[in-house]
Amino acid sequence: MQIFTTHLSKVFSRKEQRTVAYENLNFQIGQGEFFCILGPSGCGKTSLLRTIAGLETATSGELNIQPLNASKPGSIGMVFQEHGLFPWMTIRNNIRFLLENNVHMVNRDLDAIVNEFIDLVRLTTFADYFPHQLSGGMRQRVSIARSFANEPDLLLMDEPFVFLDYQTRCALHGLLLEIWQRKKKTLVFVTHDIEEAVFLADRVLVMSAHPGTVKSIIDINLPRPREFLTLRKLPAYQDQVSELMELLREECEPFKSNQSV
Amino acid sequence: MLKNRYFWLFMSPLSILLLWEISTRSGLLDARFFPAPSAIFYYLIFTSPGEGLWTDISASLYRIFWGYLAGCASGIVLGVSMGLNHTVRVMIYPLVALLYPIPKIAILPLIMLIFGIGEMSKIVVVAIGSFFLVLINTLHGVDSVAKIYHDVAQVYRIKKHNFVLRVILPGALPAIFTGLKLAIGYSLVIVVAAEFSGADAGIGYLIWQSWETFSIKAMYAGIFVIGALGLAFSLILNFLERRLTLWRDTDQ
Repeated sequence: MQIFTTHLSKVFSRKEQRTVAYENLNFQIGQGEFFCILGPSGCGKTSLLRTIAGLETATSGELNIQPLNASKPGSIGMVFQEHGLFPWMTIRNNIRFLLENNVHMVNRDLDAIVNEFIDLVRLTTFADYFPHQLSGGMRQRVSIARSFANEPDLLLMDEPFVFLDYQTRCALHGLLLEIWQRKKKTLVFVTHDIEEAVFLADRVLVMSAHPGTVKSIIDINLPRPREFLTLRKLPAYQDQVSELMELLREECEPFKSNQSV
Repeated sequence: MLKNRYFWLFMSPLSILLLWEISTRSGLLDARFFPAPSAIFYYLIFTSPGEGLWTDISASLYRIFWGYLAGCASGIVLGVSMGLNHTVRVMIYPLVALLYPIPKIAILPLIMLIFGIGEMSKIVVVAIGSFFLVLINTLHGVDSVAKIYHDVAQVYRIKKHNFVLRVILPGALPAIFTGLKLAIGYSLVIVVAAEFSGADAGIGYLIWQSWETFSIKAMYAGIFVIGALGLAFSLILNFLERRLTLWRDTDQ
């Protein structure tokens, strides 16, 4: 699955107030790519991701997702900041429920798929627990399992680890890369965390804030498979982190540009 | 033992009855108007059944059952429809706001005009009373289903019937139960009031008849039965609620 955008813009208008979420975005995401969208909070990156997901519509410009067509449900998977698991379903049923609604899963052995992905995120013994019985990290693992189990062509992740502690986040980065490499999906990952972006991505789109525009698109030339403790010692890794830090610092000055036109 | 709610379930009404018993026996209360509870229970157990108590209870239960069932079912269906469909909501809501505050007993004569003085008019008035309470609480419950579940359903293209039955209904269930519990109490109130006039059986009929013939103990017997039914209904609904919302328990 590939994504092309041309002059993509979104404006929220409420009465007299116009707020530009993002403006004139031009970029492409390639098949099988791990693509990070990095930017300070309020730069419209979540809005952009929700537009790609079909949860919001752009005001102008073009968004072209190929070879996706509307008659092919289940082609997009999404992981949200909050886990979004249904509290009234067990872990197993949370995953299974989405599969049951996926037309591509007809005649497939759903139980086998559910078990495979529960094993993949190492929650085998928790399969019949309810979400409230799990920790935040475990819930986000279910959320990831659920999104991959659907065999989407495109996976969207909106700061999925933002509410987790540092250690859990590092562990989940490793797990996510492992699953992504095994399943070879196009993955768009939104974050404000520079190291997270460098560790995970093939390419990083840096957004500026108010309004959100493409500031730069950086290739991350680091070998895979990546392992955090090894990677962070590489000069190449540190250079890429510094490069992104400098790009973002210009955006981070408090209240630099608080323009609601 | 004092912390056990089943202990208090019996102890708190029992202590009031005991106080009443003492007051009547000591002459503090007029035994003609406030017969001792022991005498009422004696009457209820040994005399009332011979005077058609079971007929009255089953007549009332019949009206409550069908009225409550019809009212709750339609309240849930319309509440979910209004919660999910903006057009339906905008069209129906003014009617609900207009009709809800009217005391349902006030329209009983009108309902009797339409449905006659038989069973149907009593069932209908119970149904109308339950309907509004369940409808309003269901609507609130549907509104309370977090936006993220709508997003998840949209991204993963959850089929409409699955969305309603497995996302919206369970999410709204706690609020729906609030409505169901309010409605069962209200159904008892309405059925008794409806049976005061134009009925030939029922607990309300029993109470009214006893009053007219000055059978004070029989009147109290009817009141006790109403109270016992109310308690039984709320125990049943609490049990069902706990069973159906196990996922809400935060311990374990």
